[in-house]
Amino acid sequence: MTDFSRRQFLRTAALAGGGCAVFLLLGERRAGRASVPPASPAGDYDWTQHSYAYLIDTVACIGCGMCVKACKAENRVPDGFFRTWIERYEISEDGEAAVDSPDGGLNGFEENVSHVKISKAFFVPKMCNHCAHSPCVQVCPVGASYRTKDGVVLVDQERCVGCGYCVQACPYSSRFIPHEEDTPYPRTAQKCTLCYHRITKGLKPACVAACPVGARQLADMKNPFDPVRKRILTERVQVLQPELLTQPQCYYLALDKEVR
Amino acid sequence: MIPEVLGYAFPNDVHILWSLMIVTYPYVTGLVAGAFIVSSLYHVFGRKELWPIGRFSLVASLAFMLVATWPLLNHLGHPERAFNIMITPSPSSAMAGFGLAYNWYLMILVLEVWFVFRKDIILTARRSRGLKRFLFSVLALRTYDISEEALATDHKIVTVLAAIGIPSACFLHGYVGFLFGALKANPWWSTPLMPVIFLFSAVVSGIAAMILMYLAAMGLKGLPVLRETVATMARWLWLFMILTVTLELLEIITLSYESSEAWVIIRQLLTTRLSFSFFSLQLVFGSLIPFILLMIVVLMGSQMKARVQNILAGAASAILLVQVFSMRWNVVIGGQLFSKSLRGLRSPYQPGFFEKEGILPMLLILVAPFVILVIFERVLPMFRAVEEAAAAGRIGDEDAGGAGATN
Repeated sequence: MTDFSRRQFLRTAALAGGGCAVFLLLGERRAGRASVPPASPAGDYDWTQHSYAYLIDTVACIGCGMCVKACKAENRVPDGFFRTWIERYEISEDGEAAVDSPDGGLNGFEENVSHVKISKAFFVPKMCNHCAHSPCVQVCPVGASYRTKDGVVLVDQERCVGCGYCVQACPYSSRFIPHEEDTPYPRTAQKCTLCYHRITKGLKPACVAACPVGARQLADMKNPFDPVRKRILTERVQVLQPELLTQPQCYYLALDKEVR
Repeated sequence: MIPEVLGYAFPNDVHILWSLMIVTYPYVTGLVAGAFIVSSLYHVFGRKELWPIGRFSLVASLAFMLVATWPLLNHLGHPERAFNIMITPSPSSAMAGFGLAYNWYLMILVLEVWFVFRKDIILTARRSRGLKRFLFSVLALRTYDISEEALATDHKIVTVLAAIGIPSACFLHGYVGFLFGALKANPWWSTPLMPVIFLFSAVVSGIAAMILMYLAAMGLKGLPVLRETVATMARWLWLFMILTVTLELLEIITLSYESSEAWVIIRQLLTTRLSFSFFSLQLVFGSLIPFILLMIVVLMGSQMKARVQNILAGAASAILLVQVFSMRWNVVIGGQLFSKSLRGLRSPYQPGFFEKEGILPMLLILVAPFVILVIFERVLPMFRAVEEAAAAGRIGDEDAGGAGATN
């Protein structure tokens, strides 16, 4: 048994360290290959020239569910999960609020037969708020959740590890992780993309296109001639849970205090 | 099966995303931190009464550590991408720190174990032949210096590593609490107390586990259990459980007294969905009973037979392990039973036995550290000092009038 010299020890340690470095670098290269940016803007689209916002008119919404249906069809949203949904609020004269959203409002709403005297009732469509300070982007451990230069919060489906931290961090519950295999990307975080594949081609999001009463509108805040932008700038708008300072880019007209 | 909802829940909120695995993860990490604190009480703070388990608790900490990532990997939607968290961490993410915290602490543990057992490994290598000799010489990293100066240096390094290990263990587990405490979206989690509660309850579970493991290991090996060792651990356990339960109660009392918007739903959560696991299991059975048992051990232990003291401390430890588990459950699962609409509760979560993230995988994960410990035991003589002392007649059955601890 011989004593091990310091030189030998250092040599062994250097070899082991080098091996680890090679392993990590190979891992980095493989990870790099996997991280091709998803939904990269098509053709001559310049994402620095746009900044999207969304306007929802809760007075106009009739709760027909066309937006939920359109979203589901356009984005192959798996059953039981929702990229957008509609809530119905019925507030009685004594201030009690009854809220429901059967199947996310996918098939509209049945008339409620209630003995309580309703003083006001309205529908509120919900979706990802594409927050400027989004908690979901903040907490994603691998950078799979990110905000595009044109202001849309997206998930890189090739990078997401499916930990669910973003789902827990979203105060609006607009994210989900489907486990069913009948979705294009099972076991990764999914959410409203503002139909990024459509808007970068100059089309409207599916929900906006499907809404029969214009309750849902897309705005481009960098387009000075956009009428929806003008409404957001000039009318009194509200956002959901403003106290959390997430800076939602989804604005509501005539939002009631009961809506969270 | 679609869960039933009481009140109104956002449609995406009816799923329990963080399953039993995410309950198990902080539980196992807590045992890592707690067992390490026990070993540090001996190695750094000079609690000489703990000499029989100074090495055992250190190796136990490593065994738990090796398993700590398993529940996470089993939970991830894409475990094959798990290394992304270390290769391309997002600097703004609290979770991205996991790779750093875990590897740092693992490194400290491995180094400390190596330096503590270096002499034994070398002696075994010298005594052995063939493959065993080769394996042990590899474990010794082919350095065979066990001169007095070298061993004195080892001892210094161990003390330094253990000293660095304490804030590291606190960081590792405080960080697990921070993962929950820093989510402003969930009022049941979002409190700065969360990391502290996690940390203290980790120490409780670690000490409790070490008391039981010490009793079990001595029983299996036919070695005597030392009254002072159990009594010291029971004292520390009592202190830490009091601190933990105080913090847990403070959190609820503050929430209730502030009566903020979220309290309406949290009150419902506690009185309906969590009424058993919170009030009955965590507070009454899990906290009050061990508090009384440990009080008896601490205040009157010297007047009772060692065997009685050990049984009382063991029972309190077993109950406290349940308490800490129920606390993890109430935090992780409880936080997902109410909707972020703050208007609705979903039906209780019942994990299946055989499902991927169910009870069987959890049991396998909880048993795995003990299997690893049995393997370690063949390589690292954790109880050499106890065996030598017992062989030399320096320690024995204390109820039968044998000698007490000497070292």
